[in-house]
Amino acid sequence: MLKITDLKKSYGKGEPVLKGLNLTTDERRLTAIIGSSGAGKSTLLRCINRLVPANSGKIELDGVNILDLHGQQLQHTRRQIGMIFQAYNLVDRLTVMENVLAGRLGYVGMLRGILRRFPQEDVDRAYALLQRVGLSQYVNKRCDTLSGGERQRVGCARALMQNPRILLADEPTASLDPKTSERIMELIAGITDELDLPVLINLHNVPQATTYADRILGLRHGVMIFDGNPGDLTEDWLEKIYAGYEDDLKKQMRVAPQEQDDE
Amino acid sequence: MNDNTNSVSPSLLAGDHFDWVRYSRKQRLARSFGYVAAAVLLYWALSTVDIFWPWVRTAPAQLGDMMFRMFPPSLEKLNPILYALVESINIAVLGTIVAVVLALPVAYLGAQTVTPNRVTLWLARVIIVATRSVDTIIWALIFVAILGPGPLAGILAVAFRSIGFLGKLIAEAIEEIDWGPVEAMQAAGASRAHIVTYAIVPQVVPSFWAITILRWDINIRESTVLGLVGAGGIGLIFQGAIDTFKWNTVSLVLIVIVMVVFAGELVTGIVRRKLL
Amino acid sequence: MSESPDHYIWRRPHFIETPYIRYGLLALALIYLVFALSTVRINPQRVMAGIPRAISMFSGAFPPDFQARGSLIISGFIESIQMTLIATAAGVLLSIPIGFMAAKNVVIKPVYVVGRLIVVVMRSLHPVVLAVIFVSAVGFGAFAGILTLVLYTIGFVGKLLAEAIEEIKYGQVEGIRSTGAGYLPVLSYAVFPQILPRLIGLSIYQLDINLRASAIVGIVGAGGIGGTLNTAFGRYDYATASAILLVMIGIILVTEGISGRLRRFTK
Repeated sequence: MLKITDLKKSYGKGEPVLKGLNLTTDERRLTAIIGSSGAGKSTLLRCINRLVPANSGKIELDGVNILDLHGQQLQHTRRQIGMIFQAYNLVDRLTVMENVLAGRLGYVGMLRGILRRFPQEDVDRAYALLQRVGLSQYVNKRCDTLSGGERQRVGCARALMQNPRILLADEPTASLDPKTSERIMELIAGITDELDLPVLINLHNVPQATTYADRILGLRHGVMIFDGNPGDLTEDWLEKIYAGYEDDLKKQMRVAPQEQDDE
Repeated sequence: MNDNTNSVSPSLLAGDHFDWVRYSRKQRLARSFGYVAAAVLLYWALSTVDIFWPWVRTAPAQLGDMMFRMFPPSLEKLNPILYALVESINIAVLGTIVAVVLALPVAYLGAQTVTPNRVTLWLARVIIVATRSVDTIIWALIFVAILGPGPLAGILAVAFRSIGFLGKLIAEAIEEIDWGPVEAMQAAGASRAHIVTYAIVPQVVPSFWAITILRWDINIRESTVLGLVGAGGIGLIFQGAIDTFKWNTVSLVLIVIVMVVFAGELVTGIVRRKLL
Repeated sequence: MSESPDHYIWRRPHFIETPYIRYGLLALALIYLVFALSTVRINPQRVMAGIPRAISMFSGAFPPDFQARGSLIISGFIESIQMTLIATAAGVLLSIPIGFMAAKNVVIKPVYVVGRLIVVVMRSLHPVVLAVIFVSAVGFGAFAGILTLVLYTIGFVGKLLAEAIEEIKYGQVEGIRSTGAGYLPVLSYAVFPQILPRLIGLSIYQLDINLRASAIVGIVGAGGIGGTLNTAFGRYDYATASAILLVMIGIILVTEGISGRLRRFTK
């Protein structure tokens, strides 16, 4: 469904961040991408929905190369790709409902969107999603009054509101405390399972990746060096993925037992 | 939350109906009230204002015609314009200096934390309000009536308008200082003058410069119009060119003013970055 | 205590360390001051004559006379208020597109250059200069004043709005953009809510500023209380002039208080 071939990206004249990356989604649902900071995880996800332009290569969604699209075609493709951000990227001063309904902006007409006149079925779906993420009591609350975990739930609802073909999540739990972080991972894994929605998720936290993911990709300096099942991710592989980033590696090792204590 | 949210909600795919409106009832009422009040005020203003509407209809043509005549700017009067421009800048600088000298004592008396007593506080406040509320060009009218036309009236006009501005902001800066050093000086047995020079002045100096530079920048702009009421500077040439319908000179004056104000903003930007 | 030298020489460190630069700058400043003062041709006789003039002026101004030209004063202020309301409404509406044009992060370069140019030019021209131009283009009266204040508003609100737009949090824009929203919905959902409080605050503040400006554009014939004031000065009717100034100060104090309170209310 999503097929990336020889994707290259560099910012300005700097060292390339992605050096000819290949990736194809398969029947496995939740794919986690791990790697040290600066390995290119975020850039990869941002290239997929064109929040940053790639330099060369191909990203095909159902056979259409996203990198060739412009204007309305690009918008139509973007609405098929839901995205959850590390910093939630909600509009602080809008209500929870408006933020969730924003997920329909790629579908409704321009004027309808601007005037907040969404079709009734969109409003119904937004309510249902908010109920599912446990926030239906906050419909008219402003997003800047919510806690981090609540905001990320709104972020999930907005992405799902798009009725996407695929969900991208860029370190969705990195700004949250460990407990909330687990809850959000449970939510994403649970809800995408119900909807049978493929997910591409960047994770900083390897234990979380091995717990929830069906497939793990290891990214190092813009190259995919590991692609396999969670069970195949040995300590050897971790050391290769995180070599030179001992701090990151240690964090992974330390997080693991802590999380088990929590259970 | 674990139980109900981790199971498939039946309403997720096929749905019940929900109503959603953007604001709560109270918010919507408040908003409607605001809109209606604004509309009523605007309607009143538009329906009663003394405008001769046929002129409004011909205005775009008139303005276009005038723009057309302004082009191209004529360099014929460049020398007197530059000379008058220098005079405008001088008025702004000298006026600011005079204002600073006069504003410092006013600011000291007007700062609630350091003023000697209530009488001095109110005296300073009256000076601040009176000088600040009267615009530079009105001060210029007054000083031209007293001293006759010329740059001196302009300098005093700029200075008087600036006293209140500088006095108010510097007084606020004094009120915001950290009081600790003052107490330390008092504990060391320092006199009032010593406290001012050692504990107050050093803390106020950065804001003082920022405020003064800001006012100087404003005064550059203000000094360009003083000539219209006879108080010196480039405004006189501007008025003359308008009165004699020399539109090509008018446009040159406008260009020169825009450039000098822009240059003033650049200078203040640089100074602010270097000094503060 | 320390044993070695008996005397320490201490001097406050200078603001500019290099003496050449320090004294050089000082000398330049002095030369400029002397030059500037020399251009101010002060006629001592004229200044001396000014003293009795000032005395007669101030004695004429007290007590202020609200009665003699009371109806003129009232109609002048009402016209100022009308001009302020109309010009602020129109000016703020126009400032929104121009503010967007003048913000680097939401438009393409050529649009930005045009927007920026409009804002810089409007900001540089004093309202009285604009008023003179409009009076000669469209005739005396409130209409010229309104046009002046509209441009004045664009210069001020447009500039500050552009700055507010340049400071928005870009993540919120990305969030909306990633849903496939088009350009205008992105502005309406991600940019506008972030600048709305600033826009409301600026509009209220601008009402205040325009009321002040409306009082002075009348001096050159563009309507409002300024015209009444100018006439009073021209007729040496200082009692009326001082009455107008007092009312003006009062109105400015009141509106400043109100606008300050309103602005604190919009967060």
